[in-house]
Amino acid sequence: MNQSNKILNNNITKLVNQPYKYGFSTTIEKDIIEKGLNENVIYLLSKKKNEPNFLLKFRLKAYKKWKEMKCPQWAQLKFEEIDYQDIIYYSAPKIKKKLNSLDEVDPELLETFNKLGISLTEQKRLTNVAVDAVFDSVSIATTFKEELAEYGVIFSSISEAIHDYTKIVEKYLGTVVPIGDNYFSALNSAVFTDGSFCYIPKNVICPLDLSTYFRINDQKSGQFERTLIIAEENSQVSYLEGCTAPQYDNNQLHAAIVELIALNNATIKYSTVQNWYSGDQKGQGGVFNFVTKRGLCAGDSSKISWTQVETGSSITWKYPSCILVGENAQGEFYSVALTNNYQQADTGTKMIHIGKNTRSRIVSKGISAGNSKNTYRGLVNVNKKAIGARNYSQCDSLLIGNMSNANTFPFISVQNSRTKIEHEASTSKIGEEQLFYFLQRGISIEKGIELMISGFCNEVFTELPLEFASEADRLLSLKLEGSVG
Amino acid sequence: MNLNTPILEIKNLRAGINNSEILKNLNLTINRGEIHAIMGPNGSGKSTFSKIIAGHPAYQVVSGEILFNGQSILELEPEKRSHLGIFLAFQYPIEIPGVSNEDFLRLAYNSKQKFYNKPEVDPIEFFSLINDKLKLVNMSSTFLSRNVNEGFSGGEKKRNEILQMILLESELSILDETDSGLDIDALKVISTGINTFMDSNKAIILITHYQRLLDYIKPDYVHVMQNGKIIKTGNADLAKELEIKGYEWLK
Repeated sequence: MNQSNKILNNNITKLVNQPYKYGFSTTIEKDIIEKGLNENVIYLLSKKKNEPNFLLKFRLKAYKKWKEMKCPQWAQLKFEEIDYQDIIYYSAPKIKKKLNSLDEVDPELLETFNKLGISLTEQKRLTNVAVDAVFDSVSIATTFKEELAEYGVIFSSISEAIHDYTKIVEKYLGTVVPIGDNYFSALNSAVFTDGSFCYIPKNVICPLDLSTYFRINDQKSGQFERTLIIAEENSQVSYLEGCTAPQYDNNQLHAAIVELIALNNATIKYSTVQNWYSGDQKGQGGVFNFVTKRGLCAGDSSKISWTQVETGSSITWKYPSCILVGENAQGEFYSVALTNNYQQADTGTKMIHIGKNTRSRIVSKGISAGNSKNTYRGLVNVNKKAIGARNYSQCDSLLIGNMSNANTFPFISVQNSRTKIEHEASTSKIGEEQLFYFLQRGISIEKGIELMISGFCNEVFTELPLEFASEADRLLSLKLEGSVG
Repeated sequence: MNLNTPILEIKNLRAGINNSEILKNLNLTINRGEIHAIMGPNGSGKSTFSKIIAGHPAYQVVSGEILFNGQSILELEPEKRSHLGIFLAFQYPIEIPGVSNEDFLRLAYNSKQKFYNKPEVDPIEFFSLINDKLKLVNMSSTFLSRNVNEGFSGGEKKRNEILQMILLESELSILDETDSGLDIDALKVISTGINTFMDSNKAIILITHYQRLLDYIKPDYVHVMQNGKIIKTGNADLAKELEIKGYEWLK
């Protein structure tokens, strides 16, 4: 290794060693189901949650399906086999009685969310965002519920929705991501514990951004959340998702499902800033993130837009997708995936064009530093009937240092001749000479990288809601400071 | 600071890259108000010389001393050297995708302001400040919104370097083959910019292959570098002689 690399690598080590801010854990009395998975666990879980019969059946069917399936091997990911019998499937803070208001929430929990910058108490709430806070297996609190109800907007934990709005949940659950869609969706369908439910009625533009904050606390517990968002005709909603986890030596499993349904002329904008614990510099620990996110543009002129900033997790396996059924439906996917140290990310999207004149747009930005591996995997599928469909895809990779790895796998399948597909891809590298150029002009390495990264990600960041955009910018520079060689 | 102290003093400098010695016992003294030209055949160590003064991390100094205004700079980081007033105009200016020229220039300017505990300027102030400088190198303000050197023509890149030199008010500017790849009009523009910038408090080192540049910027001294040391020093006439006789004549 030459001198300059040594100097730059020292910088990396110094700056990447910044501790993960959210690595603390909370000690709290818990109600758990012993680790391991079998039919009894599912019966018990369903009983604990006092669920209607349809859901128990749904779970059992999923469990059966899951047992027949195998963990997918096609992704560019290497990890030790997950021992599903060593995971706790239900872990909830003990609640002595039913809560009537937030004041009754365990102060320890409120404090945990305060530390994470998510205030659930009345005075300090984010003014224009309603928050559902999920801690391990259960939703702790949902803010602004009454205010939203005035507009007919339902925003609650999915557990509550299963009781209070059984019909709607039963109608839509598993319609976008079927039970047997993939190994992890089957697992989630069998054991999901909580998540968010949003229902936007006809002709309503949701007055607040809706947001769920997921926190895995328990060392041994997996988080299996389920989110269902339904936007009726002519409605609009913007939804944000954030997540963190404590710093443990072992890996925690997170296998979520998100289903979005947009009816005629409805718009759903779904944004994620994923900051699960990503493991230490040697690749020890970190969250395994296996997520199935899919949106159905069922109605004409409906629109679903995914924006994701993926910075955490030791493994990311995630392909937020759009099924464009309605005529003139639009799907969008904007992604920044950043990997450092030994993180591995295999992420991308699927755009399935079924309706006429459907349009999709994919902008993916992968940044790999350290010894990490960053893969874009995408599918654009244009059906026979999707006359006049259009897709634009752009996949850019940025490499930092000599040990990182970037892959791009774009699959395009077109079955009619009246389709317009555009694909652009680029790979670039932050090199020693660029950094010297910054230094020679008196600009520090950190500032230089920050400037280059934010320029690289700009197209995606502008898609984020305001509250998230600055957060994302800050997060990336924090994660990357000095990680250059 | 004593004004009689040389701006740059290089004593018995041995330096190189990857354990191969390129500069072999180099000595050079440059005073305020002086323009020095360094000429020499390819591979004589001219570019290495410029990178070592600027502190490129890939190069190592084996022995000897580099004094800037009487102080050793050997242990200083490249950004610190920049703040002190050392500027290197690159032979091949680097492209930086995704970063606008304006942001880059402002950050460079403000980094220096900060170093001297002076107030940083906001984007609006900066815009008027930079606009005045743009005129000196005949650049239009559309340059500002383009990414740093990305898609710039050879001439535009070199003008951008001179713009940065002017903006940062550097005391010692090393121009590494700033004339290469320029047509005659661009050469005139750049030379005018450099001549306007130069004053009795500054010093400039021109690294060049050709006499042509020296028709526009008159050097006080011309040095010939070969095998990592200066083998001959003269006045502007030396360059003309070299143009006719070539370097072989000196051997």
